[in-house]
Amino acid sequence: MTQTKEPGADLPLQQQEKVVIRFAGDSGDGMQITGNQFTSTAAFVGNDLATLPDFPAEIRAPAGTRPGVSGFQIHFSSSDIHTPGDAPDVLVAMNPAALVVNIGDLKAGGIVVVNTGNFGKNDLKKARLEVSPLEDGTLQGFRVIEVDINKRVADALTESELSPKEIQRCKNFYTLGLMYWVYSRPLEPTLDWLAAKFAKRPALVDANQTALRAGFNAGDIHEMFQGRYEVPACTELPAGIYRNILGNQALALGMIAGAEQAGLKLFLGAYPITPASDLLHQLALYKNFGAITFQAEDEIAAICAALGASFSGKLGMTTTSGPGVALKTEALGLAVSVELPLVVVNVQRAGPSTGMPTKVEQTDLLQSIWGRNGEAPIPVIAASCAADAFDVGVEACRIAVEYMTPIMVLSDNYIANGSEPWKLPEMDKLPKFTAKFRTHVEGETFLPFARDENGVRPWAKPGTPGLEHRVGGLEKEDGTGNVCYDAENHEKMTHLRQEKVMNIQRSIPELEVEGPESGDLLVLGWGGTKGSITSGTARAREDGASVANTHLRHLWPLPPGLDELFGRYKAILVPELNMGQLWRVLRSEFPQHNFISYSKVQGKPFMSFEIENRIKTILEQ
Amino acid sequence: MAAEAVLKKKDLKSDQEVRWCPGCGDYAILNCVQGVMADLGVKRENMMFVSGIGCSSRFPYYMNTYGFHSIHGRAPAFATGIKVSNPELSVWLVTGDGDGLSIGGNHMIHVLRRNLDINILLFNNEIYGLTKGQYSPTSRLGLKTKATPFGSLDYPFNPISLALGAGATFVARTVDTNLKHMAGILEAAAAHKGTSFIEIFQNCVIFNDKVFDSVSDKKVRDERMVDLVPGEKIVYGNDHEKGLRLDGYHLEQCSADEAGVWDPSTPTAGPSMLFADIDRDATLPTPIGIFRQVERPRFEEGVHAQIDHVTETKGPGKLEDLIYTADTWKVD
Repeated sequence: MTQTKEPGADLPLQQQEKVVIRFAGDSGDGMQITGNQFTSTAAFVGNDLATLPDFPAEIRAPAGTRPGVSGFQIHFSSSDIHTPGDAPDVLVAMNPAALVVNIGDLKAGGIVVVNTGNFGKNDLKKARLEVSPLEDGTLQGFRVIEVDINKRVADALTESELSPKEIQRCKNFYTLGLMYWVYSRPLEPTLDWLAAKFAKRPALVDANQTALRAGFNAGDIHEMFQGRYEVPACTELPAGIYRNILGNQALALGMIAGAEQAGLKLFLGAYPITPASDLLHQLALYKNFGAITFQAEDEIAAICAALGASFSGKLGMTTTSGPGVALKTEALGLAVSVELPLVVVNVQRAGPSTGMPTKVEQTDLLQSIWGRNGEAPIPVIAASCAADAFDVGVEACRIAVEYMTPIMVLSDNYIANGSEPWKLPEMDKLPKFTAKFRTHVEGETFLPFARDENGVRPWAKPGTPGLEHRVGGLEKEDGTGNVCYDAENHEKMTHLRQEKVMNIQRSIPELEVEGPESGDLLVLGWGGTKGSITSGTARAREDGASVANTHLRHLWPLPPGLDELFGRYKAILVPELNMGQLWRVLRSEFPQHNFISYSKVQGKPFMSFEIENRIKTILEQ
Repeated sequence: MAAEAVLKKKDLKSDQEVRWCPGCGDYAILNCVQGVMADLGVKRENMMFVSGIGCSSRFPYYMNTYGFHSIHGRAPAFATGIKVSNPELSVWLVTGDGDGLSIGGNHMIHVLRRNLDINILLFNNEIYGLTKGQYSPTSRLGLKTKATPFGSLDYPFNPISLALGAGATFVARTVDTNLKHMAGILEAAAAHKGTSFIEIFQNCVIFNDKVFDSVSDKKVRDERMVDLVPGEKIVYGNDHEKGLRLDGYHLEQCSADEAGVWDPSTPTAGPSMLFADIDRDATLPTPIGIFRQVERPRFEEGVHAQIDHVTETKGPGKLEDLIYTADTWKVD
């Protein structure tokens, strides 16, 4: 190469505050890798960011078809952002199917980069198209950049020893290089990643690095773009050390951290299920923390083994999604009855039944709070974003251990697979809640179901002399734990179990609101909708609306002070990706207040503008 | 407390009143287990009884040890979590034909293949007792119960064949009417390193009375049962005059002198399977004793060896290192 200066140095460099790019291609095109690499580089640059992958449940749907389209959206910014962005500014479409599936979301006047190399007759047929969308007016109103990436990659890699088929697999890095040029991104993080990833196959390292550089250089040489952009580092984030993290990763770290803070070893019983399996994969790495991971024969065995482990003095956990929770329900009731710590994670997906395993929903809240036979109260908490999942993992362990109770942790597919910068915790500020085992008989005999001031029973593990006792799912006599069918005892035990769980409220902080301390409307959310609610409400406020927003982490028991908080607003809007499940809980707990449900059940997250518009509509009425 | 007080049988009786039906075979089993356990040399605090749901599953309440009466069919999963978490414990799982082979059939085969060092006592009475008399997965074809007023059409499992098929490393059968035999089997099971599966013919006096009498009644049992004792000749009969031997893939009756020597540790479970297949209505005697006894790595052993190995290679985990990885950046 004869060039000496950086390609594109002559073009005007424009500053942009934030950009949303969506990479879309066939599920075999490597779009998730492309998106993840763009994300790592954005983190390297110091942008605030949020990502959202959107991939089919099938591992390899027929190539080139609409169901086979895999997408990855990244929002990166020099200001504080909360969501992966409503509408993309840029769409990269690797084939006709990817183009037609995604073009409807692109912002008016947005840029669409099309790989024309995949727009042959056959490609159109696979996408069920008769006319090429490049020619039928579909792309009117967008800036279209046509690149034959197939040919460009082949040309760039003429000297590679790879087969033509393998060379075509480097397309995604050519595309990535092109986008790096447009947004003035450094290549080094990705070059380093490739070198490490394919260390055992130097030809692959070379080919992909060459493709990346070729894409980068092409931006200038071919004068495809009218200018380059720069999104500077974000300075609005609170000071601290950050790393980019996926929700599932953060939750797994929270679970291991929670066990450590309790002074216990983690025992995870799990059965593979989308989108929770990554929790098992990640925790299986932490053997040097003494963590035991057990892939059980089914969901039921997974929770039962975990509960057995808790009886033995480990911190039992199980991770699953909605259908798995359904199967674990009986064992969860047993955990309530025997009063042992147990952390149950539900990474929610769209239901009912198998539903849409890779799509997001918040439809398991009532299942979590009430979904068991008998009076079987358990605490329920939910993560609100990828970074928050760490704190929620730790908090779940705290509640489980301090209150000798099973606890349900709700995440969702959007949190699990989305990523954002995580402000790393200061180690000495992590909560400490060391588990206390009973080691000897206090008083005349050991009473396994005696209670302390919080209503919590002692934990005595096998191997402790003199504390031999039996637990089980039959009703227990207060104190002794012996099997007991006495009517009044049953009612008493039912109340004791209930009171214990409600006592958790004493350890929960009150909610804080963003926006006015009182006013026309409070937007109250829970779980993964926090980003959209925060952004949408802020925009409505900027336009003069009297609206505040707040978010629940603790869903059962609810935090203290809600009655007083709700009383300061004329109405409370409750946006949820379900048919109004929290709304129902609030209406039954606080019948004196005016709750308005905002329901969306499309397998998709809320867009910020949807929240903003709903707020404005309500306030206009 | 005296130093290392010797455990007595009565130390293992809990203060709970035993509530099985008068005449139930479970009493004999409980009595035998308490006697054997007292002599195992295991500390009481390290004894752990786990069960599912059913008549037999009340067992842990009557043992003055640690106990977990879990949910229907799931005891193997609980036992797995318990044993992996604390390999020091002597874990005993008590189940029945319904609990262990019907609702819990899946867990049963998986616990057997994993080969944790636990002991499974399957009380087989060929009936659902606690739910008051429905046919079970071991009930005979044609059995009339409340659920099968015109006779059962449901082909039964053979628990021994099932355990062998699942790769169990110790498989045995004993009878509630022969406590001496049962004690010997329990001792051998306790000594076995790996999952021990013991089917116990257990009489349900209410819903399926005398179902095993054709082979186990004291008057006929010497003629109708044969005890498989490792390393000994396979003989039976009132005067130990008869024997069994293998002829190719067939078992045949012979004189005691010509009887084969029983080897439960052959490379394949084939010979064990042949003995397991002898139906109690067949002319050949029903085998009891040890069908299979082989060594294989144990799951909990592997789990802890892997933890030790990784810890040795990577060093003990430090939470801070897990959180503060290389790809961080600083915001001022």
